[in-house]
Amino acid sequence: MSEIILKVENLSKIYRLGEVGTGTISHDLNRWWAKIRGKEDPASIVGQVNYRDEIAKSDYVYALKDIDFDVKRGEVLGVIGKNGAGKSTLLKIISQITSPSSGFVKAKGRISSLLEIGTGMHPEMTARENIYLNGSIMGMRKHEIDSKFDEIIEFAGCIMYVDTPIKRFSSGMSVRLGFAVAAFLEPEILIVDEVLAVGDAEFQKKAIGKMKDVSYNHGRTVLFVSHNMSSVQHLCSSCMLLKDGQLDSIGKTGLIIDKYLKINKSSKSFKRKNNFEEIYVSDLKVISENKDSINSGDNIEIQLFYDSIKIDLNSNYEFIVGLWNENSADQFMLTNNYINKEIKLKNKTGCIVFSVKKIPLNNGIYSINTMIKKNNICMDFQEQVFSFNIENNNYYNSGVSYPNNYNGIYVDFSMNLL
Amino acid sequence: MDIENSSIDTWTIEISPNKRFFKIDLKGLWSYRDLLAMFVKRDIVTIYKQTILGPIWFFVQPIMTSLTFMFVFGGIANISTDGIPHILFYMSGLIIWNYFSECFIQTADTFSQNANIFGKVYFPRIIIPISKVISGLIKFSIQFVLFLIIWLYYYFQDNVLQPNYFILLTPLLVVLMAFIGLGLGVLFSSITKKYRDLKFLINFGVQLTMYITPIIYPLSEIKSNSLKLLMMFNPFSHIIEAFKYSFLGRGEFDIYGLLYATCFAFFVFVFGILVFNKTERNFIDTV
Repeated sequence: MSEIILKVENLSKIYRLGEVGTGTISHDLNRWWAKIRGKEDPASIVGQVNYRDEIAKSDYVYALKDIDFDVKRGEVLGVIGKNGAGKSTLLKIISQITSPSSGFVKAKGRISSLLEIGTGMHPEMTARENIYLNGSIMGMRKHEIDSKFDEIIEFAGCIMYVDTPIKRFSSGMSVRLGFAVAAFLEPEILIVDEVLAVGDAEFQKKAIGKMKDVSYNHGRTVLFVSHNMSSVQHLCSSCMLLKDGQLDSIGKTGLIIDKYLKINKSSKSFKRKNNFEEIYVSDLKVISENKDSINSGDNIEIQLFYDSIKIDLNSNYEFIVGLWNENSADQFMLTNNYINKEIKLKNKTGCIVFSVKKIPLNNGIYSINTMIKKNNICMDFQEQVFSFNIENNNYYNSGVSYPNNYNGIYVDFSMNLL
Repeated sequence: MDIENSSIDTWTIEISPNKRFFKIDLKGLWSYRDLLAMFVKRDIVTIYKQTILGPIWFFVQPIMTSLTFMFVFGGIANISTDGIPHILFYMSGLIIWNYFSECFIQTADTFSQNANIFGKVYFPRIIIPISKVISGLIKFSIQFVLFLIIWLYYYFQDNVLQPNYFILLTPLLVVLMAFIGLGLGVLFSSITKKYRDLKFLINFGVQLTMYITPIIYPLSEIKSNSLKLLMMFNPFSHIIEAFKYSFLGRGEFDIYGLLYATCFAFFVFVFGILVFNKTERNFIDTV
């Protein structure tokens, strides 16, 4: 089972900055002239790494730089990274939509890309015709579609509308139809970009279930790009992290997600504020008793750093920390009001520590919102200032924890036979 | 299972930065033949969805244009048709010319029309222009049947028409038109995808070329030598004249001219395909 099915070697992709138009011909001639003299492409000499916040030093930029990795048969590889890290470019190159500037991709078997659902469907044509059209665009042969047609229609749940033009369909129904076709593709390598973001919760569940089925039961290889860490965690056995067009790390999903969240934490978005009112949260840290990772049942400290231009010695300040899970559902909230603790500030900068004993949360990704109030008036509110990953590890110290598909919280309890 | 051996050198897909200019993946193309059929079906079927007359509309366009020409050029301007019934004379030139212009105009914006699909999924891009040429052929066939009916009517009505064995060349003439249309079309689509200037010239150019091609007048009417030379240089003249000569018995059929047109068509076709083949790989970055 350890056969390598997809091999990516030294893959780079250069894009031109600015507008294509005036001066393009001279640029093109320049590159072409270098090429026929056997010199290196002038673009690739001056191309700079994709740090988007910096001022461009040259006209060319690396969207991807020296990417190297292998994917084995049956592996589900998650690709994560911030917006613009090069995820989509990578998928586009592997699915042959665009070609690399240098480097190679080698693969065994068919590659199907699912960057969009229902590509090429025509509103005037019936569902039946569209299944054939979309299936063929995705690379299926007619006889393959023939043999799966009934299943596709059933999966899409539109038996009644088979001969109705899809312009009469609700948008949800056409998405389902598109996904149904995609679900019955049988490529050796399936490439999925965040298509699951569309559709309702039930549909997403169905889609994820189908992808799991495809990889585990049929031995297909899947490359999955998503910003939804819980989908990645559920679906992928391993994961790669892209950062500024470069391969940051590749490995076990849990580790890579942690790393990704740490990158996010140190992102510049946190250092803000020219226009704050008086006081704001300048930094936040979550510290666990066992240094490297945070596990269910750990005692943790949330350290909230504040900065201000002036403080009121007589006012009552309230510091609030709220926890969200990945679906932005509230988990718990901590504030000095709940424990009747008054906080009088003395210094313009400082740190408030929230101590939580035996954190009862299950594994998953959580983010923190903060708020500072002065005399019950909100001075500063920031959403999702910090994200962290909790690993499910032995809350009860018994070596037993919740099964993977159970999402509840832990409680400290005891049992006795009376 | 001999995995160790099979894992060496059995890559079925290799993606590299530069594809050789002359490498065309015919095998890959063949495996997408069902897609070609689907695109043709889409082109044909969607035109007459929600119409009452359906494919009959394909008849209307050449008839209306022929009638217009009869009125303007035959009636008002009084241009000779070599003694051929006007409707036949204009239609014979028009349907075969229309096939070319259909092929050319439809394929010339391959990239901009399909940017959306091309950006999402891979298949050999040449499938799209080929499908346009085939669906154009179907429309042409329908119009050709109409032409044949009118032609048969006049054939039995009076004996002005003198068809001859060159009628057997008709498939070649149609193929030549398709090759030139496709070749020029994909060439233009490859250039316009980056430099959009040319697309303004396409419709204009097709119209202009139509007027320097003997469609609304017989080649024999051209007396000026320089104009005649221009006509001879224009490969379409030979094709149209050959078509008219074989069906109507009038016109200047020139076997060397046809040979020239054949070479021209072949060259344009090969060159266009090669350029297209080179362009398709990176087009999405520059469209």
